[in-house]
Amino acid sequence: MIKIITVYGNMLLGAMGKTLLLALCGLFFACILGLFFGLLSVVKNRACNIIAQIFVDVIRGVPMIVLAFFVYFGIPYLLNNMLGLNTPVMTALQAGTICLALNCGAYMSEIIRAGIESVDKGQMEAARSLGLSYFVSMRKVVLPQAIRTMIPSIINQFIITLKDTSILSVIGFPELVNTAKNVQAATFKSFQTWTIVGIMYLIVITILSRCAKMVERRLNRGR
Amino acid sequence: MAAEEIKIHVKNLKKNFGKIEVLKDISVDVKQGEVVVVIGPSGSGKSTFLRCLNRLEESSGGTIVVDGVDITQKKVDINKVRENVGMVFQHFNLFNNLDVMGNMTLAPLQLKKATPQEAKKKAVEMLERVGLAEKADAYPSQLSGGQKQRVAIARALCMNPDIMLFDEPTSALDPEMVGEVLQVMKDLAASGMTMVIVTHEMGFAREVADRVIFMDGGYIVEEGTPQEVLLNPKESRTIDFLNKVL
Repeated sequence: MIKIITVYGNMLLGAMGKTLLLALCGLFFACILGLFFGLLSVVKNRACNIIAQIFVDVIRGVPMIVLAFFVYFGIPYLLNNMLGLNTPVMTALQAGTICLALNCGAYMSEIIRAGIESVDKGQMEAARSLGLSYFVSMRKVVLPQAIRTMIPSIINQFIITLKDTSILSVIGFPELVNTAKNVQAATFKSFQTWTIVGIMYLIVITILSRCAKMVERRLNRGR
Repeated sequence: MAAEEIKIHVKNLKKNFGKIEVLKDISVDVKQGEVVVVIGPSGSGKSTFLRCLNRLEESSGGTIVVDGVDITQKKVDINKVRENVGMVFQHFNLFNNLDVMGNMTLAPLQLKKATPQEAKKKAVEMLERVGLAEKADAYPSQLSGGQKQRVAIARALCMNPDIMLFDEPTSALDPEMVGEVLQVMKDLAASGMTMVIVTHEMGFAREVADRVIFMDGGYIVEEGTPQEVLLNPKESRTIDFLNKVL
């Protein structure tokens, strides 16, 4: 095991960096998508609600690995081979980011919807009765209260997304699992390799959970 | 002219929720400075009627003219009208994420009605008026029900409204806190504010109302001075109701 760490340690750390990069890119766009579709599902407009519902249902109904193959292989095939367009090649990072953003975004949108609906509707009514617009009321009164109830679920979703990056090893992105497979193939030391990889995930996710707890405590302080 | 100016004009107002008709045919005028108290059994449509007056509920028919603006028209900027019509709710609805000062200054600042200094000064003035000047930094969760409702009234007053709507402002309060809220409302009525109040406080109605409206089944059954409606009711449904509550 020591030998694997000395020989492949830097490579595995680099792969961990790639994993984190992919997770961050995915989460960034997932937050945007989640907020957008979360708001679409709470506004008083049936068309908007239905669009948000379809998005969530479709993404939730498809396994992430299928989504990954679809985005990385399926879409370029559709564009280039079937429609005859000459689109630039999508990198594994781009495809991975899209997958994570879609997948995590759908769950985030449900978390955000539930958070907003957990705020008493009298809060919105009181803000509107003072002459504030829907969006100002949402931003200044409802969302700040919703976020407190959303934080634990959002952090949970962040952790799930970080772990889901391992699924993207199937499209060849050199993240931790993919790199570890190469290490294992080169050394034949399965037990040692996967122990190291498991511990690496464990450390990163534990740090993330601890930070999350701190944020949560700080948000609840003035309550 | 000023004393007789009509602030709220409601004609043939109808409201249904799905198939249920809550308001069937309501017509009423409220003059400048008038205090109108709406009473009636639960389910009679009192609160719905009140909420139609600032379009928290969309009406299904008829016209509602507030301060000369027909708010049943779709293209009306309802936010502009609401700036001028304060509303106080049964459950206070103070913004839980903001302290008392934040509650009071949010709308004036967001709507650019005042500079931060002006808004703060006005808020302090209004808090003094409701007797809670020392609570400016408290959060809603730290206040009693009566204090919350007084802050809610002060918050509405910070927008300098011409009209105040009260939706059962004392119904969610412990009995010993009802008095302090009613006192603030009495002072407000004495200052000449136009008020429409839905309440079960018959003593308050008798003392403060210029006019009492009794609603039942989506109609105005009887209206008149407190003496007429509360002491010498003519309609049998009014008599039944008053016998139950007094």
